[in-house]
Amino acid sequence: MGYVAMRGGEHAIAEALNALDLLRAGATDPGADPGEALTIAAIRHQLRLLTDRVMGEGGLYAPDLAALAIKQAHGDPLEAAFILRAHRSNLPRLGTSPVHHGGELRLIRRISAAFKEIPGGQRLGPGTDYLQRLFRLDLLNEDPQAVRAAVARILGDEIQTKIPAMEFPGVVAGLRQEGLLPPSRPAQAAIDITREPLALPVPRPARLAHLVRGETGGILAMAYSTMRGYGYLHPTVAELRVGYLPVRLPHPLTGELVEAGEMLITECEIVATHGGGPGKGGAAGKEGGQPRLLLGYGACVGHNEVKAIAMAMCDRAMLNGDERGPAQPAEDPEFVIALVDGIESMGFCSHYKLPHYVTFQADLENLRQAAHRAKGAL
Amino acid sequence: MNQGFGFLDDLAVREIRRGLLKALAIPGYQVPYASREMPVARGFGTGGLQISLAIALPRDRLKVIDQGADDSVNAVALRRFIEASCPGLETTTRTVEATLIQTRHRIPEQPLSPGQVMVYQVPYPDPLQIVEPSESRRRRCHAHGDYARLWVRLYEDMVRFNEVAISNRYPARVAGRYVIDPSPIPRFDVLKLHQSPVAHLFGAGREKKLYAVPPYTDVEPLAFSDVPFAVEPFRDATGARRTCARCGAADTYLDELPQVGAASRWQCNDLDRCAERLGYPGDSDHDEHHAGP
Repeated sequence: MGYVAMRGGEHAIAEALNALDLLRAGATDPGADPGEALTIAAIRHQLRLLTDRVMGEGGLYAPDLAALAIKQAHGDPLEAAFILRAHRSNLPRLGTSPVHHGGELRLIRRISAAFKEIPGGQRLGPGTDYLQRLFRLDLLNEDPQAVRAAVARILGDEIQTKIPAMEFPGVVAGLRQEGLLPPSRPAQAAIDITREPLALPVPRPARLAHLVRGETGGILAMAYSTMRGYGYLHPTVAELRVGYLPVRLPHPLTGELVEAGEMLITECEIVATHGGGPGKGGAAGKEGGQPRLLLGYGACVGHNEVKAIAMAMCDRAMLNGDERGPAQPAEDPEFVIALVDGIESMGFCSHYKLPHYVTFQADLENLRQAAHRAKGAL
Repeated sequence: MNQGFGFLDDLAVREIRRGLLKALAIPGYQVPYASREMPVARGFGTGGLQISLAIALPRDRLKVIDQGADDSVNAVALRRFIEASCPGLETTTRTVEATLIQTRHRIPEQPLSPGQVMVYQVPYPDPLQIVEPSESRRRRCHAHGDYARLWVRLYEDMVRFNEVAISNRYPARVAGRYVIDPSPIPRFDVLKLHQSPVAHLFGAGREKKLYAVPPYTDVEPLAFSDVPFAVEPFRDATGARRTCARCGAADTYLDELPQVGAASRWQCNDLDRCAERLGYPGDSDHDEHHAGP
């Protein structure tokens, strides 16, 4: 009676929760110390990139809730993002912010691959790019005292929590002035993809909204396809910015804009030097008869540079698809949008664990009948 | 409506109800909707769940089945969630008592009666998906009533296998116009949709579509005039119709339970119908506890 295990519902579900709690407590490893309970603050800070990723894919900027979700999900980023999304699903919409610009960021990091020096300066900030990926054995048994001492050593006497705002001209603004980039398109209204059905063809605001919530690995795979010959996109990172964005909202009574808080975001602008692939009509975008660079834009919640760059590449690839018909998978918005959502793909992949014995029986009946007929025909 | 009844916020309830009205008004047409994210994973019945939550009333009696069973883990999880978010709503395992039946992969064996509502969990809302991956191109086909590629697929099956190799999700034309994916019910159940006295509501949460078969509507599985549509035969080597090992029924959809060193055991898939026939209505596990195989 192989299916009995899949049935008998209530009890099995309750016991599954118990089993999960046992695993989280390390109780299955007798004699081993399960360790101290992870605090929400510890997750937020020490697993900050995971927290950021979960907030981004969960579609809600709520660091404490994201940290709780990570703890509850035993560190599974998709499960954690899913918990956040389920929570956000029914939250009321309190207002709509005006358009914000990357120039308003209080930067912790800003780099450009396009120029050696940029107005406002390059700022390496916290990045792992130039670190050797070797173990830091001093973290094996980390002593809180030593951490505090290290912080004091780095900051000196002055514990600096305020990052000064910096007004700077974006790298692409200069290119635009020179006419090498087409002028900005008129801003399109944002689309709340969680409240409006998907329109086809997918408008760019909806594409970007899907990418913002998309799974980092999924977006990376799409973008990587354009780097690996499924498309011919060679991007230059014009600017990559990480910083705190002051969020302004209309006051519910006066309608005046007030700063409601700030959120850490990563923003990336790429310029593509090739608008078309080989044999696809030209080495650069041509608008008004003049060859130009082409822009791709990516932005995401938290500090997630790979996602922002990959998103900008997907944006550019899809815009290329708009101009001359999608010739490659990543240039087709329907393909990209349908595949990058981790919560949906994870859910559907998991659903194959559900019993399917009715449909499988139908398959078997069909096959046996065919075999029977084939035998009769011999 | 009651604040807090049914988990969904009022805007979601309104959107889903409007979508269902449109779906009922245009039988078989897939109505796009925003589809809320539920605390249940996509693929586990979020589409059906949203419909049930949007239309359930405190006076409803709800039955939830998965693979014909009320006690399958996912059916239990969904029923618990609906119960918890719809205070006052009763649940039942008996088809005849239910006013609202949420299902995955089956239509109950007992005939449905007017006033009941069937809600389906749907993984793939579009029958054209097996021949066309792009949704915008599929929408165009539906708009033009162009099902040519589906017919070609059926024809190719006939040429290659001498039969249509679609065992479940069998495409069916509704009210002479739109072709639907009736969700992964076996062929055995597709005919039950034809001129059914109840409303059949289909919800695809991940794919964000609603569609419906209104009561007393024609539903015809796509078939060639010289190759009639056939359901699962459930015949043994001698050609005799298999019967349920528990209740003896010879007219139900059966589960095959492989046995070690012996022939498979066959029994009713719809446990409620089986219990009813055995004289233990509402106790679908009865002979599992008392008699055993």
